[in-house]
Amino acid sequence: MENEILLKVNHLRKIFPITKGIIRQKKVAEIKAVEDVSFFIRRGETLGLVGESGCGKTTLGRCLLQLIRPDSGEVFFESINLCELDPEALRSFRQKMQMIFQDPFDSLDPRMTAEEIVAEPLRVHTKMKGKERKQKVRDLLETVGLDPSMADRYPHEFSGGQRQRLGIARALSIRPKFIVCDEPISALDVSIQAQIINLLEDLQKEFDLTYLFIAHDLSVVRHLSHRVAVMYLGKIIEIASRDDLYQNAKHPYTIALLSAVPIPDPLIEATRKRIILKGEPPSPIEIPPGCNFHPRCPMAIDLCQREIPTLKEIGKDHWVACHLS
Amino acid sequence: MKDLLQVKGLRTYFFTDSGVVKAVDGISYTVKRGETFGLVGESGCGKSVSALSILRLIPSPPGKIVSGEILFEGKDLLKISEEEIRDIRGNQIAMVFQEPMTSLNPVLTIGVQIGEVLELHRGYDRKEARSEVIKLLRMVGIPDPERRIDDYPHQFSGGMRQRVMIAMALSCNPKLLIADEPTTAVDVTIQAQLLEIIKELTSTSETSVILITHNLGVVARHVNRMAVMYAGRIVEMGPSIKIYAHPKHPYTMGLLASVPRLDQPRRERLLPIEGQPPDLSQLPDGCSFSPRCSYRMERCLKDPPELREVEEEHFIACWAEGIKVEKPR
Repeated sequence: MENEILLKVNHLRKIFPITKGIIRQKKVAEIKAVEDVSFFIRRGETLGLVGESGCGKTTLGRCLLQLIRPDSGEVFFESINLCELDPEALRSFRQKMQMIFQDPFDSLDPRMTAEEIVAEPLRVHTKMKGKERKQKVRDLLETVGLDPSMADRYPHEFSGGQRQRLGIARALSIRPKFIVCDEPISALDVSIQAQIINLLEDLQKEFDLTYLFIAHDLSVVRHLSHRVAVMYLGKIIEIASRDDLYQNAKHPYTIALLSAVPIPDPLIEATRKRIILKGEPPSPIEIPPGCNFHPRCPMAIDLCQREIPTLKEIGKDHWVACHLS
Repeated sequence: MKDLLQVKGLRTYFFTDSGVVKAVDGISYTVKRGETFGLVGESGCGKSVSALSILRLIPSPPGKIVSGEILFEGKDLLKISEEEIRDIRGNQIAMVFQEPMTSLNPVLTIGVQIGEVLELHRGYDRKEARSEVIKLLRMVGIPDPERRIDDYPHQFSGGMRQRVMIAMALSCNPKLLIADEPTTAVDVTIQAQLLEIIKELTSTSETSVILITHNLGVVARHVNRMAVMYAGRIVEMGPSIKIYAHPKHPYTMGLLASVPRLDQPRRERLLPIEGQPPDLSQLPDGCSFSPRCSYRMERCLKDPPELREVEEEHFIACWAEGIKVEKPR
């Protein structure tokens, strides 16, 4: 799939300062949430973004949409650098980019009906009114598998899965080209997750959507993504096409992550070898020198403590940031 | 006697303004000494409530254990006095909860919190308790326990806090450990660590474990026998090897078929279970799974099926006979 590039990110950086004091705020530390991240997404593809909590994947997703303005770096969307746009110009760009959130409880206003929720982006971004808008909302509800007769209900009257469908309908309403899906299924029941995954796939085909799919479940990411990026402490440490990453992972962290995914089969689990990583992900305030993974890495050498590895291409479309590969 | 715990016909209902919620509606199972028993199901299926019922921790009102017996070493926990159950809680039956932050007291150091358990149940004095706590913390893999013992819960990361919980739960050498989604709030790499710790520590002391989870993968590695719950009832129960290899209830089959698996070639499309989980205050008359079941028959709409043995030690609650084990649909 050699489609054109829809979104290109260069050296993106976002640092959150930690301050002390109430009146005179003094910066005492900083969290490097996103640290020199570069990648691209092709039109019509799904890029999976995996990593543990606190690795910066959500911040990265929000930086792409400029919901959080990055400190430095570039985000090119259809060849326009979003980081340079003023808020007014950005607003019109937001029509092309939407977000689906993790928690279908917190991300919907409890005082708005389903119809008002889905119609809100139409109200802000289009001139659609009255009957036309109403009809459009009904069509959208049908598209995501909800009964249009539920349009007058409030969020609490829907189940988790239905609420997530509402969030998807809202994101779709203004026909975006690019959607950041931030853990859209992790809050849902197992039997509902597959429904939403199938829906996201159908919509991608129908509306020619491009996804950034943020998740921590590696089996789901494999199912949905064309390419996968792995993040650790604010950096992308490996990025490759789906099959390449899952069959031929190179970074020790990716390998450990893959080995930690439980498989629902006791016979396989009984003989399966697991790489249990030492310790925990370090705090993003005190990032270790050199390769930030070296304190937990089973294969670390001296060099890893001193020098930061850069992302290099080791095969077609396969990039790794590790001194050993 | 091989059975440590026998739950018989347990019903726990919640009496709310919008009706009676039958969170647990007549479940029976046994946990043998030294085994790990899995309780699997989605949110709201009653798995946590059934575990809380064992320790009589159901908030009342609105909750109430309506009927049933919970025999722990032959003694019915539902009949003993409040004082007696308090002596069993944390001592003979301990619990690890999903969210370690809300189950630890934020204003006490962890040394004090774990020490309290030992002083209360074991009659240790301060000094003995302290050295025992250090030993426990080391056991669950907390680095530098001599220093960390004086830290407060917020100074620990999520995974470390869950270790503290495990240390506290195991401090009195319980006969039964109830772990309610112990790894749901932590990262994948930490999940593996925690489960290995639980497995290691309980296998040396012959502690039985009830592992409650919604994650089918977790159960596969760590559980000897399991029960799958749906809408307050057990729909399938048996040795985990059998259930994973040949699930017999349409719900279990659906669950196993709906998750993408890393060990299998990628499928073009997932096979979801259609429909929504049921509202526990408005359950259908017959089988609660019938509205979502692709094998539904006339009978399923009227009579709720009872658990019956279809193979040795393998039970299902379903009217359908001899369903093909392959993909449902």
